[in-house]
Amino acid sequence: MKKSYQSLEVNSRYNMKQVIHRKLSANFLQLSLIFLLAFSTSLFAQEGDPVEGKKLFRANCASCHKLDGKMTGPALRNVETRLVEEGLDRAWIYAWVKNSSGVIKSGDAYANKIYNEYKGAAMTAFPQFSNTDIDNILAYTAEVKKPVVVETPKGVPVQSGNSNKLILGALALLFALLAIALFLVNKTLRRFADDKGVALAEKTKRTPIWKVFIQNQFLVLVSTIILMLASAYFVYGFFMQVGVNQGYEPVQPIHFSHRIHAGENGVDCKYCHSSARVSKHSGIPSLNVCMNCHKTISNVVDETQAKGLSEYGVNYNSEIEKLYKASGWNVEEQDYTETPSPVKWIQIHKLPDFAYFNHSQHVVVGGIECQTCHGPIEEMEIVSQHAPLTMGWCINCHRETNVKVKDNAYYTKIHEQLSKKYGVENLTAAQMGGLECGKCHY
Amino acid sequence: MSSNKKYWKSVEELKDSSIVETLKQNEFVQEIPTDEFLGDKETLESSSTSRRDFLKYVGFSTAAASLAACEGPVVKSIPYVVQPDRIIPGVANYYATTIANGFDFASVLVKTREGRPIKIENNTLAATNGHANARVNASVLDLYDNKRVQGPKKGGNAITWSDFDAETTQALNGLKDSGKQIVLLTQTYASPSTSKLVAQFSQKYGNVNHVVYDAVSESAALDAYQAIYGERGLANYDFEKAMTIVSVGADFLGDWQGGGFDAGYSKMRIPTNGKMSRHIQFESNMSLSGANADKRVPLTPSQQKQALAKLHSLLVGGSVSTDLPANIEAAVQKAASQLIKAGSNGVLVTGLQDVNAQTVALEINKKLGSKAFDPKTPIKTRQGNNKAVQTLISDMKSGKVGAIIMSGVNPMYTLPNAKDFAEGLKNTSLSVAFTSKEDETAIVVQYIAAAPHYLESWGDVQFKKGHYALMQPTIRPLFDTRQFQDALLKWNGNDVALNDYIKTTWSDSILNGGSYNKALHDGVFVNESKSILTTEEVEQDETPAGNAARALAASAKGRGVELTLYSKVGMGDGQQANNPWLQEFPDPITRTSWDNYLTVSKSDAKAWGIVNENEATGALNGSYVTLTVKGLESLTVPVIIQPGQAKGSVGLAFGYGRSSESIKPEMQTGKNAFKLYNDFNTVQNVTIELATGMHEFACVQLQNTLMGRGDIIKETTLEVFNTKDKHYWNEVPMVSLNHQETPVTSPDVDLWDSFDRSIGHHFNLSIDLNACTGCGACVIACHAENNVPVVGKEEIRRSRDLHWLRIDRYYSSEDTFAQDDAKKEGFSGLFGDNGSLGGFGELEDPADNPQVAFQPVMCQHCNHAPCETVCPVAATVHGRQGQNHMAYNRCVGTRYCANNCPYKVRRFNWFLYNGNDEFDYHMNNDLGRMVINPDVTVRSRGVMEKCSMCIQKTQKTILDAKRDGRVIKDGEFQTACSAACSNGAMNFGDINDKDSKVAKLLKDDRMYHLLESVGTKPNVQYHTKVRNIKEA
Repeated sequence: MKKSYQSLEVNSRYNMKQVIHRKLSANFLQLSLIFLLAFSTSLFAQEGDPVEGKKLFRANCASCHKLDGKMTGPALRNVETRLVEEGLDRAWIYAWVKNSSGVIKSGDAYANKIYNEYKGAAMTAFPQFSNTDIDNILAYTAEVKKPVVVETPKGVPVQSGNSNKLILGALALLFALLAIALFLVNKTLRRFADDKGVALAEKTKRTPIWKVFIQNQFLVLVSTIILMLASAYFVYGFFMQVGVNQGYEPVQPIHFSHRIHAGENGVDCKYCHSSARVSKHSGIPSLNVCMNCHKTISNVVDETQAKGLSEYGVNYNSEIEKLYKASGWNVEEQDYTETPSPVKWIQIHKLPDFAYFNHSQHVVVGGIECQTCHGPIEEMEIVSQHAPLTMGWCINCHRETNVKVKDNAYYTKIHEQLSKKYGVENLTAAQMGGLECGKCHY
Repeated sequence: MSSNKKYWKSVEELKDSSIVETLKQNEFVQEIPTDEFLGDKETLESSSTSRRDFLKYVGFSTAAASLAACEGPVVKSIPYVVQPDRIIPGVANYYATTIANGFDFASVLVKTREGRPIKIENNTLAATNGHANARVNASVLDLYDNKRVQGPKKGGNAITWSDFDAETTQALNGLKDSGKQIVLLTQTYASPSTSKLVAQFSQKYGNVNHVVYDAVSESAALDAYQAIYGERGLANYDFEKAMTIVSVGADFLGDWQGGGFDAGYSKMRIPTNGKMSRHIQFESNMSLSGANADKRVPLTPSQQKQALAKLHSLLVGGSVSTDLPANIEAAVQKAASQLIKAGSNGVLVTGLQDVNAQTVALEINKKLGSKAFDPKTPIKTRQGNNKAVQTLISDMKSGKVGAIIMSGVNPMYTLPNAKDFAEGLKNTSLSVAFTSKEDETAIVVQYIAAAPHYLESWGDVQFKKGHYALMQPTIRPLFDTRQFQDALLKWNGNDVALNDYIKTTWSDSILNGGSYNKALHDGVFVNESKSILTTEEVEQDETPAGNAARALAASAKGRGVELTLYSKVGMGDGQQANNPWLQEFPDPITRTSWDNYLTVSKSDAKAWGIVNENEATGALNGSYVTLTVKGLESLTVPVIIQPGQAKGSVGLAFGYGRSSESIKPEMQTGKNAFKLYNDFNTVQNVTIELATGMHEFACVQLQNTLMGRGDIIKETTLEVFNTKDKHYWNEVPMVSLNHQETPVTSPDVDLWDSFDRSIGHHFNLSIDLNACTGCGACVIACHAENNVPVVGKEEIRRSRDLHWLRIDRYYSSEDTFAQDDAKKEGFSGLFGDNGSLGGFGELEDPADNPQVAFQPVMCQHCNHAPCETVCPVAATVHGRQGQNHMAYNRCVGTRYCANNCPYKVRRFNWFLYNGNDEFDYHMNNDLGRMVINPDVTVRSRGVMEKCSMCIQKTQKTILDAKRDGRVIKDGEFQTACSAACSNGAMNFGDINDKDSKVAKLLKDDRMYHLLESVGTKPNVQYHTKVRNIKEA
């Protein structure tokens, strides 16, 4: 569980890194100039390297601080400016970062104010930071917030779509005009012919094809049989589909993207669906599990947001808002102060009550991947039912899948006996008794 | 050939009356009033909806409805906001807790799923009271009773607890110095912390009188014990240490002294090393104990007193004058000689509610030096005091009582003089009832304090001296309820939470340095030092020997018919009357559910003109009689003719006849026997008069005797068992193969080829007929585990009961089953003295004092199952693990299987029993449905169902082992019935595990299969019943 959690962190950071400001280098000089002008007090202090600072910030500070917006600790954008306003210099910052509790104990007024404001959550001390490191971080925090360069989603593709339609429309019009033209030409020619008294060859009257068809009794018989068979086939097909909800893709109260969580971020399925390991239910994660990560992730990176808006028409940030609302999380106060309102998810995979299915049997004992039954979840923006979940589908799998007997003392004896009986080394679930009615129906 | 005969249907037709002609022409004599619903012609014509329009609408809406039905329902799935650490959806949690409802006291394990309790199991860690009986097993359903009172009330209107507190505290303070009593009338709590709370309450308010009241009183036994040992308690008995047991009117396998003695008793009933206990029972009603006894002597209560006095004189000395009939006198002599022979291995118990009788019993046991008799750890679960209750009622009437606060009692129902109590209530200025129901008492008091169920409560109990147990909540209270103890804390002005209060009490005075958390986890705690220290000090000299016995003999004057009131295994004192499981639970002896009734002996019934008869459907009907106890109002009750009932005595069960709003109309069954419970004496002299009408019983067993079919219940005597070869007393049936006698177990005579069952698990259930007392805990456990529906009285009468597990009870037709067999074997020809024609008729009739045998029967899971071969849709097939599977979704309900089953264990769902107003039991409301086991399908209408050998439990055990990657140990596999059986009668396990208990039991000499001659090869084993009939 822990491992996957770490991987999530790493990946989200990696995502954030992707926010590359293209005009960064171009603006760099300009920015430095602004700094110089704006904060003349810090002129004599060493200037830091914002690129280095960013790295350090990501590695050390980001778990508690954001540039914009409160988290466990205060927002750090232009922190130095704010501190200067409080009359605190960079030396104070050095001291604070390296040993914040020391500063608090010394009775420093501002330090205590901050300490109390954040409910006595002391900042981790970073004695390993050199002053240069801190300078670098400060330089990073002093960067001006970039206006997000969101690629306008309604750019090229929309235009191309329009032009396609336009071409098609134009073509249709053209054909219509052509047809009218032909019709008119024909009409005019006929009129000319009439006028000139040219006699047009009269068509000899033939028996209509349907009459021929009806008169041929054999044909009627054969086609009736074919028709009946065909309709029986479709009726059968229709009835066999009743209650099979393959492809069911309901709109959920919160747009939760498995593509982002399980796919891009690589969160292990069982991190959220933890009861799949021990229970018959895989379990819909409770909101506190979501909040393990989303306490700190209140916004997706801009690119993801842009992709969501353009490709899926969904605003991920407002979906996270919904989560906060449901769990009663107050972003401002960074605490659960609101009334929670449970999320009413719509169940997608539903077995009938008379069928007993146990996740832990399949996931833990059988070692079956979630995707075997649920499909490529990590690619699904909205989850849909991948498998038909019919009994035939279950049975097939039981016939084909080998039981994972290795290193399981429970199976040692029965595996030995059954292997001898069937003369095979690998036993399928069916050979183990997995086709018996009472194994799933009781 | 034509006939001139004229056929006529009526005289009128013969006479060619005109009426007949009119009727012939006119099918409907009366004009069908079509105008009433169609209106007159004009409105019909002016209506804008023409017939065509109407048909169009019908067609459209039908099509629309069927199209809409194709769409699957949208199912919402709502996870926790914050999931509690302990709860994983789909995984059961178990908590140890204690039931202490004033009648049943037991330490139990509660199985909860997603935070709701769904089943009660035995607490195997408990040294005493760890066994849940049928009522305790059913108590989980009481939690989800939709007739529970959901919040505090005043005069029928809901109030808040803060108002309740303010008003009651004010009233109590007002009474402080008024000189009037404040009375706490409670059930037996046997709770150290409650006692402490009551003491503190008394201190605060002064003039507080705590009266403990047991609905079914054991006051006489308490008084007798107190007189000798100085402490109020009941003598404890351990029947595991007794080889000779003599009981005079004590149903110690039932509810005598709080019950719970059967486990020890059963251990000694299994013959080991050629030895088993001998049990002699003197009683008037046929009780569970009597049914299990080796020798049962029916005699009236007054004769019992004489017999006990006589036993005392024979065992202890002294002389008493008795006038017992010669045969009973002889039986008493023999019992005495056997007790003398047994010495310290003997024990005598009595259930007579008479201080002298109880004293005599204690004296006898003391004289014997009985090992089973344990006066050092008295039972604390009955503390009621008859005198105190009677004083209270007179005090109330004379206006000496200012306030009465009741908890866990229902005196308006359980007191014979309820009218006096009601009158007294009017004189009090404050009356409060802590109750979970708006019962008979709650509706006459000022304040109803809604009390929680024990599964929602904190508490502690001292079962026996030094044996403690803790009660903890297993679910957040469903309603706005408060415990009596919580209220006491409030009134005492103590802000401590009840659980902290209990913890402090335990740390201070009980735990002796032990861990509270461990005690809470185990549910029980034994403080050995407690039990030894005090009792020896207070032991006093006994009263001069023989005084009590002489007084007892002198008091034994029977006048007229003697009624013995008793409590049924199913209903107890009646507080669980709204529990449909218990209502439908068939009484082990009469096999009748949904009723109480007067039990009458056959000869008395004949004399009084009472009949029991079966309708064409088989349903049992019985006469009514009117019972009158002098000075009390009479009661009209139906009668069941009970074999074994002592002549001149009758029996009637407590617990029925509830009538308040708190009981559903369906469950207001029977008559209230407490009305005859004069002076808290279970024995009353009554006059009986035949009343008109016939009562309809719901009896599940119509055939009461075995008809000499000794292969259903095999039995033998200890002597034969010890001396003869097993082929003599446990004969394997023989069949003829090529004119050769071949045992039926031989594969040569089998219709089927056997499968190889040596691989994997092969489950077997073993039932020891010697250890089974017929208590029925397994029946209710099976209900709870397998979502067995309740079908109601009417359906039971149609033999449509759905019990997966039944306990058949058989009577012998002659004096013993052996004589039945001999009689049947002796039949020759059709007519004459030994003719089979009349003989079988006689065999159908149970004897006056028959032998009784119990036999639990569930699906036998035959390896060669007759049901499987006849199912047209293969809905019932055999599993490799020995279980006969039943796929409900495949069943189409032909019922061929039930017809082909030789054991009659398959049950058919004639109706939809859940969510159906016609069956308004727990499955018809959301609250009641919370008890449903989510791992077992709730069956629908039209399918067969039957015992699955708890496949959900075996599958779970297997899965747990697979997940842990380990081999399954013996004892891990359990069914609901085997887990509920505390008597060791039912054992379940894997016979392919050669070291398992069932594998050994399969090889036991006593093992046989039910109807072995049919050749079904069942996976349920039975063990021959051995009776210790030798008169030593």
